[in-house]
Amino acid sequence: MSATASTPTRYLPRFDRVERVVHWCNATLFLTLVFTGASLYVSQLSTLVGHRHTVKTIHVYAGLLLPIPLLFGILIPGGRQLRRDLSRINRWTDDDRRWWSRRTRASAQLGKFNPGQKLNAVFVGAAIVLMLTTGSIMRWFEPFPDNIRTGATWVHDWTFIALVVVIVGHIMFALGDVDSLRSIFFGSVRESWARRERPRWWAEMISESAESRSAGGDVETGGDERIGEATVGTGEMPVGD
Amino acid sequence: MTEAGSPIGRRVFLGLIGAGALGVLFGARIQNFTADHLPKRDPTGLSDLLPVGDHFRFYTVTSGFPKRAPQDYKLTVDGLVDKPFTLTYDELRALPPTLLTKDFQCVTGWRVPNTKWTGVKLSQLLDRAGVQPNGTALRFVSFDGVYTESLTLAQALRPDVIVAYALDGTPLSSDHGGPARLYVAPMYGYKSCKWLERIEVVDHVVPGYWEDEGYDVDGWVGRSNGRDDAPTSS
Repeated sequence: MSATASTPTRYLPRFDRVERVVHWCNATLFLTLVFTGASLYVSQLSTLVGHRHTVKTIHVYAGLLLPIPLLFGILIPGGRQLRRDLSRINRWTDDDRRWWSRRTRASAQLGKFNPGQKLNAVFVGAAIVLMLTTGSIMRWFEPFPDNIRTGATWVHDWTFIALVVVIVGHIMFALGDVDSLRSIFFGSVRESWARRERPRWWAEMISESAESRSAGGDVETGGDERIGEATVGTGEMPVGD
Repeated sequence: MTEAGSPIGRRVFLGLIGAGALGVLFGARIQNFTADHLPKRDPTGLSDLLPVGDHFRFYTVTSGFPKRAPQDYKLTVDGLVDKPFTLTYDELRALPPTLLTKDFQCVTGWRVPNTKWTGVKLSQLLDRAGVQPNGTALRFVSFDGVYTESLTLAQALRPDVIVAYALDGTPLSSDHGGPARLYVAPMYGYKSCKWLERIEVVDHVVPGYWEDEGYDVDGWVGRSNGRDDAPTSS
């Protein structure tokens, strides 16, 4: 074991307050939509739940609210870290490619998110757009011809099934990782976890805090001033434990 | 600052949106194909959960599906008639039956081909009651307490409008609107009032539950609600 075993546990901030609020608003809306949607779609559940008109009304309003938390988080000034994380999710490195294969996974030096998390985020983002569009066609159907209404319903149904699979997977992976789970509730992860699981991000964080200390304790380090890649770009990094 | 690596995330995002757009344009055709080519036999019923077409979806507007045992079931015909009457389930089944094999088309788009309905012609029940001259329309009442429907007298007298008590050879289940429901073959499904307990002859059309929700009162398949489905009954 390394020497850190005797020192008190140190934490690194992973998700700021804006990101956590956006996440939990999304989670609430998604669960509402999945439950009401399933009650409208699965015959056996329709039988149990009934109240079709009320369920449909809740479903439509929750659907219209769905894009609001994310857009809000992206647009407000305090959403700087959310915007930077979206940029991280967009970029796929050679390490990400190595991670997909079991054979080369051990050598992958990951950044803040693993490729599975990136794919999850991209899929959920696209699903919000698709569900909102096709759902609107289903709800305000008058101007659309039959084949478009049927096509929109078809896309809505299949995307719903994919979303259920993805959300169940997302929750199961989260429950299997205490540190990740901790960070979406309280914001931070153990430094030892970051060093082991996300070495490239860990190095970024360490160099940024060193940077801010040398700049006179200025902790208001803006996204534009960070120098992460420049110092840790070689992929040759000590891995903790 | 840009992160290292290629912008694959954006490409996957746009790819998914593009796939969804293609699905909206061609999904109807794909669904027709899968409905025709996937095997029909599925003892688990799990394939009903997949959007591959050709199966009933069950709608109820109250809490749960109203249940009434056949021995407790009664159907009343009254209003502007000479001889109002009430039938038990057994009396209804004892009347000369009519068989209709037609597609069942929902206004939301799904269609179940070749459904076999057994029931009694509505015109037969109206003959027996004797509609008075000022009786020009009908009001149908469901025992769920909420669902109502309407037809004009001329529509009600068509030979493809029945009070159905069996579907595909089996007694009508509660999901399907049993013990007995209206089946208006040439119109969208919402016109076929489920859990039927009362047929009232009235002097003008009173729009029913789904018509209050915005659907057309005259719900002809292919000629209403802005749809152009193939007619289910000529």
